[in-house]
Amino acid sequence: MTGPGAPAPYAPGTHPDLPPPVRTTGVVGWARQNLFSSPFNVVLTLLGVWFLASVIPPMAEWALVKSIWTAESRAECWGKMAVPEEAACWAFIKGRLSLFVYGFYPVEERWRVDLSFVLLVFAIVPVLYDRLPGRRHWFWYVAAFPFLAGWLLVGGFGLAPVETDQFGGFMLTLIIGVTGISFSLPIGIALALGRTSSMPVLRILCVLFIEFIRGVPLIALLFVASTMLNYFLPPGTSFDLLMRVLIMVTLFASAYIAEVVRGGLQGVPKGQAEAADSLGLSYWKAQRLIVLPQALKISIPGIVNTFIGLYKDTTLVLIIGMLDPLGIGRASLADAVWAGLAREVYLFIAVFFFVCCFGMSRYSLYLERKLDTGRESEK
Amino acid sequence: MATASDTAGPRSGAPAVNTSETIISIEGMHKWFGQFHVLKDINLDVKRGERIVICGPSGSGKSTLIRCINRLEEHQQGSIVVEGTELTGNLKNIEIIRSEVGMVFQSFNLFPHLTVLENCTLALVWVRKMPRAKAQEIAMGYLERVRIPEQAEKYPGQLSGGQQQRVAIARSLCMNPRIMLFDEPTSALDPEMIKEVLDVMVELAESGMTMLVVTHEMGFATAVAHRVIFMDAGEIIEQNEPSEFFNHPRHERTKLFLSQILSH
Repeated sequence: MTGPGAPAPYAPGTHPDLPPPVRTTGVVGWARQNLFSSPFNVVLTLLGVWFLASVIPPMAEWALVKSIWTAESRAECWGKMAVPEEAACWAFIKGRLSLFVYGFYPVEERWRVDLSFVLLVFAIVPVLYDRLPGRRHWFWYVAAFPFLAGWLLVGGFGLAPVETDQFGGFMLTLIIGVTGISFSLPIGIALALGRTSSMPVLRILCVLFIEFIRGVPLIALLFVASTMLNYFLPPGTSFDLLMRVLIMVTLFASAYIAEVVRGGLQGVPKGQAEAADSLGLSYWKAQRLIVLPQALKISIPGIVNTFIGLYKDTTLVLIIGMLDPLGIGRASLADAVWAGLAREVYLFIAVFFFVCCFGMSRYSLYLERKLDTGRESEK
Repeated sequence: MATASDTAGPRSGAPAVNTSETIISIEGMHKWFGQFHVLKDINLDVKRGERIVICGPSGSGKSTLIRCINRLEEHQQGSIVVEGTELTGNLKNIEIIRSEVGMVFQSFNLFPHLTVLENCTLALVWVRKMPRAKAQEIAMGYLERVRIPEQAEKYPGQLSGGQQQRVAIARSLCMNPRIMLFDEPTSALDPEMIKEVLDVMVELAESGMTMLVVTHEMGFATAVAHRVIFMDAGEIIEQNEPSEFFNHPRHERTKLFLSQILSH
């Protein structure tokens, strides 16, 4: 037996690799290290447990156990409870679910929205998941998707036309969010390259654009889109409001993306571009194959951060009279039969946004881990 | 200091250059960084197959000089002609010269997001427009030559410094360059890794490659260089064949420099 501190009975150079002490590994080790490592941490852990224990059960009771799922009015809903208002009345949300999803899109045409959504899923998967077999063959489909979806949703060419002011709810959020995200990334990258370019005119134009867009609140831009853009366009051109909003949201996000990507570009050592140059790669090939992949990898947290911000900012279209989920929620709450159920409505909308944004956040973590090729991956 | 001479093995001087064809010709070249006059009236002719070691104190302009040869730095006066093509603002010419001139950097500059093999095939596929399979065959050939074919599927971040630098050499060689520039290739390496890189460079020298090497490995210089150039404050102070250069330096500044680097 060798106690701690006792000289090891190994000749120099013959010491074998020993397993770490038991108390530093496994569940016990983890708990010791992460939950009870100091008196302060013990207090924090106990406080945390107490907080969760006192918050989660009542929440679950309100939202699930005692909640009412079928009723025709608020009065009926509350009548079904032992104590009125003691639990959630999801019957309200259930009854208006289609309004929350489709807005005022004509009922008989809603299959077009559903179909667009399915097509969207098929377009997103090959973009996000690079191990999909035959991923390259999806390229043309992905490129055609915006036009396909635009045709399906707006109609014309054989489909009954639907005015975009009938769009609403989660569908509207998805349209603005997905359009903004997918177009702002390439525009933002181009702006970032322009801003770091050695051509003065290009650089100044990009700086002006970025600084102007970033210096103005999105709401102001949306008002410009809804009211003033007609002054700048040739007389007689009518420009769909949704289209204007899409353009403004995209430009707004691309200015932010440009700055995030510029940060990433600065994080790529100068030697990378020099090595690419010294191999005879042209500027564009060097950017595309060497610099941008590394810059974008560094920028992932910032890019996804911007995307999440953009996605939530889509609710601002409420201000110019578009019926996004919040708009639908407000309109629903104005209904005298159901008035007073604000908690249910806003919680429901919050959960929808949380699920989407949390999904983006998890995907960005997955991407960071997948693209990590350094020594860190061996940890 | 002793490492390089061990590496190169006992060898008395390098074989003479067997051609007299000039492959790089630099005449009256000046360069400034802003107000700072970093290269002053550089005149240098390099023959095909010639191996030149450039040394000098830090900040003397030796790295800048070889970086001018593939236009990583732009010179402002005088002329540089590489393989009969003068380096001007013409982008096409620059790209052609760069694909004929290999460069190895002090900090390796491997592409961390690509595997070792992809690092080597990249330029073949995108500059030489070679089919991927053919490019991989060539790249594997050079990876074997630098003795790390088994690392082909790894990422640079998983290799040691010496291995990374050998990959960087293989990556340059894949383009089948006529000239190889080395910018302090062993300065960022741990002592035990310097030898493996110098071994590869010595083999390359024996194959007759034209080489310009910025280095302080005087053993390497003695063993393989035809000519040693000493630079200080942006000027070429002295140049000679290695044994003369080391044994009978003529200029005071050369003597001082040699006494400083050889005193340990």
